[in-house]
Amino acid sequence: MSTAYDEALARFEPVFGLETHVELGTRSKMFCGCSTTFGAAPNTHTCPTCLGLPGSLPVTNAVAIESTIRIGLALHCTIASWCRFARKNYFYPDMPKNFQISQYDEPLCVEGYLDVEVEGEVVRVGIERVHLEEDTGKSLHVGGSTGRIHGATHSLVDYNRAGIPLVEIVTKPVPGTGALAPEVARAYVTELRETLRALNVSDVRMEEGSLRCDVNLSLNAIGAAEWGTRSETKNVNSLRSVERAVRSEIERQAGVLSGGGRVKQETRHFHEDSGLTTSGRSKEQAEDYRYFPEPDLVPIAPPAEWVEELRATLPELPFDRRRRLRDEWGISVLEMQAALNAGAVGSIEATVALGVPARDAYKWWMGELARQANERSVEVSELPVTPEQVARIVALITEGKVNDKLARQVLDLVIAGEGSPDEVIAAHGLAVVSDDGALGAAVDEAIAADPDAAQKVRDGKVAAAGALVGAVMKLTRGQADAARVRELVLEKLGANG
Amino acid sequence: MTELTRLSAAQAAALVASGEVSAVELTTAHLDRIGAVDGSLHAFLHVDTEGALAAAAAIDAKRAAGHHLGPLAGVPLALKDVLTMEGVPTTCGSKILEGWRPPYDSTVVRKLRAADVVILGKTNMDEFAMGSSTENSAYGVTHNPWDLDRIPGGSSGGSSAAVASYEAPLAIGTDTGGSIRQPAAVTGIVGVKPTYGGVSRYGLIAFSSSLDQAGPFARNVYDAALLHAAIAGHDPMDSTSIDAPVPDVVAAALQADIRGLRIGVVRELNGEGYDNGVRQRFSEAVALLGELGASVGEVSCPHFDYAMPAYYLIAPSECSSNLARFDAMRYGLRVGDDGTRSAEEVMAITRAAGFGAEVKRRIMIGTYALSSGYYDAYYGSAQKVRTLITRDFTAAFEQFDVLISPTTPTTAFRIGERTDDPLKMYLADLDTIPSNLAGNASMSVPCGLSPDDGLPVGLQVMAPAMADDRLYRVGAALEAALDSRRGHLLLEEAPAL
Repeated sequence: MSTAYDEALARFEPVFGLETHVELGTRSKMFCGCSTTFGAAPNTHTCPTCLGLPGSLPVTNAVAIESTIRIGLALHCTIASWCRFARKNYFYPDMPKNFQISQYDEPLCVEGYLDVEVEGEVVRVGIERVHLEEDTGKSLHVGGSTGRIHGATHSLVDYNRAGIPLVEIVTKPVPGTGALAPEVARAYVTELRETLRALNVSDVRMEEGSLRCDVNLSLNAIGAAEWGTRSETKNVNSLRSVERAVRSEIERQAGVLSGGGRVKQETRHFHEDSGLTTSGRSKEQAEDYRYFPEPDLVPIAPPAEWVEELRATLPELPFDRRRRLRDEWGISVLEMQAALNAGAVGSIEATVALGVPARDAYKWWMGELARQANERSVEVSELPVTPEQVARIVALITEGKVNDKLARQVLDLVIAGEGSPDEVIAAHGLAVVSDDGALGAAVDEAIAADPDAAQKVRDGKVAAAGALVGAVMKLTRGQADAARVRELVLEKLGANG
Repeated sequence: MTELTRLSAAQAAALVASGEVSAVELTTAHLDRIGAVDGSLHAFLHVDTEGALAAAAAIDAKRAAGHHLGPLAGVPLALKDVLTMEGVPTTCGSKILEGWRPPYDSTVVRKLRAADVVILGKTNMDEFAMGSSTENSAYGVTHNPWDLDRIPGGSSGGSSAAVASYEAPLAIGTDTGGSIRQPAAVTGIVGVKPTYGGVSRYGLIAFSSSLDQAGPFARNVYDAALLHAAIAGHDPMDSTSIDAPVPDVVAAALQADIRGLRIGVVRELNGEGYDNGVRQRFSEAVALLGELGASVGEVSCPHFDYAMPAYYLIAPSECSSNLARFDAMRYGLRVGDDGTRSAEEVMAITRAAGFGAEVKRRIMIGTYALSSGYYDAYYGSAQKVRTLITRDFTAAFEQFDVLISPTTPTTAFRIGERTDDPLKMYLADLDTIPSNLAGNASMSVPCGLSPDDGLPVGLQVMAPAMADDRLYRVGAALEAALDSRRGHLLLEEAPAL
């Protein structure tokens, strides 16, 4: 890594914490019946309640409560037997009521943890709290060059997002990860995302903002008893950005401290393009949100039996599942990590379930398909190809109908939407040519074209057959069964492989 | 036949049901009355002539078609301007909402429509229900029909004046600290604050969410019961609405029998600071209740002495948050948006221009009381006092079925008399505030005219939560005894307008 980073880590110990906001995938909003579907025309998913019209009142979405408790349980939290919503008061145009219904000193879930794996080591990240709140609307600043409020001529507000249930998951400070802090932070968000996906409570799409991260980070001199002043970096909206933001803040703060400066407690913004953070508003004078219990809602008191029922019906968690699959598939920790990062675990598992050997399933999803996904900047599971299709291709290879090279072409065409593997093969004539008649003619042609090589083979230099096999493959545009071609060449030239 | 505007709601409904009077005739009579007297009263902010006549015509058509009619079919009603009614201007007596037409009906209005009640228009009120005289309206003061130089009470002063002056047989008010009962007392009519959660708050523009409650005004107890029954009941749109059967208030009003009922006179709600005339009429009423067969005793509720200071921390705290939404962004007044100012500046300028002095005072007090470092001392302590007051009630209701007191320490004061002295103004709610803090049911029923000034005196009956029927038993019994002793209705002594 960069020297600045190494120098920083030589002198300072990073402590980070993450606040993650997750939009729940409920059908309706947190406190009204409006739809939560992403991408609708602005202000079409609104009603008196989520617009905060005078006289309107909130009614709690029971599914959101259930989802939050399930998240808390998956994160090994204690579930409050009684808690309340609170109003967080501040003025901003995208907040219809100028207060946000959130939770303050009585969160629904507290004191848990999430285990993550980095370079084969398990790191336990403490969870401080999981609470439920409503999302705000979205401001669109028009007329400026940057899309930010600075320089804009006017602003538009879309309240479709206002009132969408939002779960905030706050970690405890994570010390002691040293140079691995960026990787641990990324691994935490990845693991959290997988966990939420397994719970089926959110679509966790960072690019659509349904999972958003704030990164808190401070440095202290190695061996120092007290932690340093922390910055809070907003806008960290991809896994890669989490890692980069932690790294960038480590380098920046180390620079400030090494220069004899003082780290300011402030909000910072992360920029995807530069990978750097810039100063936002200062938090030296902390904003006073005047929290108080939300008088329009009754307390939440989940019965203990219900919580136990939810606990009993939790799905297998990704961390446990990966350990099990690693054993079953016989792959290494790092291979599993790669599959996790590519979002391919589920696809591989589904393919294996169709009878495909784990090695083959892994190879295809993490090879050609991972490459394709990467090119398109999507997750492997989002490619328009199904585990069934991959299983069929592996079967075709086993049957000798296609070779590896042809199989890749077949996959490309399947992804391009040209049909099933069998349809693509038929339409493009991609099957391996193993018919001796057709191959024999090509072999004869190759021998005639390269008499030197043919002679060498006749003289017993079998290695020279490679050139002739290659020529045949070329003549058959790769569709020949290479093993059969080799046999035919040797046969015709009277040599024995 | 009696003049149509002099009919009780029950009589009017019976005539409409039998076809002797059409709803249109009844409505027209009341609109004419408003036209004749409202110039000197100013009870209405908006008379919905067209809407009222259309609703009346629809009811007549319904009757003609043989459809079932509600018990209040065709009866005109005046609606406090704090409840939303689709398409009809709703201002809360504030400049900041001038011109706003809500896109939805409050639940109270929905239920009134379902009961075939004819809504005549919106009545004047202290701005955002903050006041005890209706002098805090941004649209001018309302006058007391008994003496035009005096206040009609507040904050529901438009509703009380409308009923007492025969502009409408029924009205809806809201009561946060006495805003139904005190206006009823000083205008010689019946006003009821139902149990908190008994009537839906959906569409009631919040002043203080944990205290606000809508309820009926009428010229007699039975009419009030009919209206109470029409608007009460569980509403899924209001999370604080009680999911239990509505107490049978109509049967209780008919029963009007208090033999064996245990009535407690609250020691702390009498004595120093009370007009002699009020005390005299109240003690006569206490004696009369004994004569009617109730067992009357005295009870102490020591924490009631702290109700006023607790109220003036809790209500402003909630109001500071509830009124934050009036920010010029989505509806209502917008001042200062000349293209050079930021959204925050426009918010500040609009709020400075749109809110009156009393509203600003309470927003400031509430903001202060909720701010960090002061929360425990102010809001926190006030909530503890609230709990103690509730316990006082609980203990008192172990000994007594209902509690009674004067509704307000004085009769109607003169317009302008207390506007320079907020603390003196607040004293008007001294007796009524405890029931709001505890959330129980409470009624003001007339108990004669003060010998000092010839103005009405009200007696307050307080019952446990969800025992609203007891109010009507006591109120109806007292009313019947007083009417029969007097030989005519109290309001007949009011001067002609």
